[in-house]
Amino acid sequence: MTHQHPALTAEQKKELSDIALRIVAPGKGILAADESVGHMAKRLNQIGVENTEENRRLYRQILFSADSRVKKCIGGVIFFHETMYQKADDGTPFVQMIKDKGIVVGIKVDKGVVPLAGTDGETTTQGLDGLWERCAQYKKDGADFAKWRCVLKISEHTPSSLAIMENANVLARYASICQQNGIVPIVEPEILPDGDHDLKRCQYVTEKVLAAVYKALSDHHVYLEGTLLKPNMVTPGHSCPTKYSPEEIAMATVTALRRTVPPAVPGVTFLSGGQSEEEASINLNAINTCPLVRPWALTFSYGRALQASALSAWRGQKDNADAATEEFVKRAEVMGVALLGE
Amino acid sequence: MTHQFPALSPEQKKALADTAQRIVASGKGILAADESVGTMGNRLQRINVENTEENRRAFREILFSSDTSINQSIGGVILFHETLYQKDSSGKPFPALIKEKGIVVGIKLDKGTAPLAGTNGETTIQGLDGLAERCAQYKKDGADFGKWRAVLKITSTTPSQLAIQENANTLARYASICQQHGLVPIVEPEILPDGDHDLQRCQYVTEKVLAAVYKALNDHHVYLEGTLLKPNMVTAGHSCSKKYTPQDIAIATVTTLLRTVPAAVPGICFLSGGQSEEEASLNLNAMNQSPLPKPWKLTFSYGRALQASALAAWLGKSENKKAAQEAFRKRAQVLACRGQYVLSGKTDAAAMQSLFTASYTY
Repeated sequence: MTHQHPALTAEQKKELSDIALRIVAPGKGILAADESVGHMAKRLNQIGVENTEENRRLYRQILFSADSRVKKCIGGVIFFHETMYQKADDGTPFVQMIKDKGIVVGIKVDKGVVPLAGTDGETTTQGLDGLWERCAQYKKDGADFAKWRCVLKISEHTPSSLAIMENANVLARYASICQQNGIVPIVEPEILPDGDHDLKRCQYVTEKVLAAVYKALSDHHVYLEGTLLKPNMVTPGHSCPTKYSPEEIAMATVTALRRTVPPAVPGVTFLSGGQSEEEASINLNAINTCPLVRPWALTFSYGRALQASALSAWRGQKDNADAATEEFVKRAEVMGVALLGE
Repeated sequence: MTHQFPALSPEQKKALADTAQRIVASGKGILAADESVGTMGNRLQRINVENTEENRRAFREILFSSDTSINQSIGGVILFHETLYQKDSSGKPFPALIKEKGIVVGIKLDKGTAPLAGTNGETTIQGLDGLAERCAQYKKDGADFGKWRAVLKITSTTPSQLAIQENANTLARYASICQQHGLVPIVEPEILPDGDHDLQRCQYVTEKVLAAVYKALNDHHVYLEGTLLKPNMVTAGHSCSKKYTPQDIAIATVTTLLRTVPAAVPGICFLSGGQSEEEASLNLNAMNQSPLPKPWKLTFSYGRALQASALAAWLGKSENKKAAQEAFRKRAQVLACRGQYVLSGKTDAAAMQSLFTASYTY
């Protein structure tokens, strides 16, 4: 505890910090296109499209074919493993298409949730085994950042101390390993919006969870300037009868972050967590106009909230591809504008 | 862990936040005039003045009866218990004298160090017993903030995990109790400058200590917007052979704070820890001029580094009162964080004299 055994050299730190800053450069956020095979099944199902590898490839091609307009609003794209190694119709690897637009490539590296015995249905996240080697390979193959999602839920007796501590610890291990391999870890401690709890309860739980996460990152000697945080916004539960304005959500969210996220963290990239495209951009805008001092970039890492329109425009039809791409570009631009707090 | 039982009402929070902000408003800092009887003894001995209650009173009166304009540099004064109940020559209680200048009155609340058995000479701090009642009384008697000093040291085996965790925990208990009684807690986890360690080592240890402190404050449901932090600057140990510039110190210190102190904390008031008046000013200035972002106010809570010149001018003689007050006023003014302090051409001896006393205890 008293002697430092530096985890990273000055050069490694600089590389990580530069990558993080590029991702959250002013006006930019992240496209989370890392839906697993099972998750994509749900998305494609909703538009009546079969969940084949080819359809998943065609769909991602729609997103990645976006023209240079996305350069000013997308700083990073998160890939799923399968997608990292797929190519466009003309044979261009997806990774290259993204990098050619000056956008940073990221990779989801967790292996999903597993139960924590003795808790009320709580989980931790697996994926640490062989993570070092996987990170080294992904770095070679073009990834410069990674994502790992932990999940907590609010109910009468949750999240428990164990769930908070265990998930914080596993996030810190993941972050430490990523940095050793030149990969910026996005730390995602998602507190689900399920439930009827009010805004205050979510704020309280979020503060406790984030305090534990940052203590764990400190304990594990993680270099904060070379990380990003992907939290939930502070919102009431989905079945909460009280309605709150975007300004209330913004105030609760920014207050929680100000109490827990060290200013050294370059950016906070919110997950959309089931919010509609509309809500996700309105709330993000309110967050960026909140009168409290905000020492980190506050931006988006959206999946559904960036893709919903594109998906329904496509409906699996080749002829709709260009129109679908256009929907995505427009939605991305709207998100970019939301960041400017206008 | 999952349900909140609010520790403070919105009104209580507002009062605490307002007080904290007043103390560090517009570049103001804190005069730490809370030297215990024993420590005042050391100070007075240096100028050959006897350590009597009257002499202690007389010196504090010199400081507190400074012209009202001192309130542009000083936002708060920390008092020792004895001093809170002393009066000036006209019979006015010191708290009233200070408050009428619009300066916030604070009170030292800890009861000194106690050893941690099984460690390499490490300590924790006592003072939690009956603290709630004491806070309530001090609040009635004019105090609006408290101070509690925890002490850690750097050696090849310290600070240990136990020392860090135990001191962080007592700081959090103290902070929680203060807030319940309307006192803003100044949280002081001092890492002593004794030793030959370099700047990096101090930075590493300070980061670990502050991370533990803020985790403990969170665990104890302390309202951060109604607190202040009083840390050491990140410096090399006193016997370190390598020399560092104020800019080196500024970058190491601010980087450490960015990695550990949430933006919700309104102000960070550095302790001077044995630095001379000159050094303490130059280092603070370098921090405020550094290009690194600073979401909290960075200011001072100085004892020695604000009073040395005044003490040397006073020498125990009442005819020197004006000279002593002028020395104090000048030093306070340069510190008031406008980032304009420049090393004075002819530095007076008192200002340059290192105020380091090994293993400093108040």
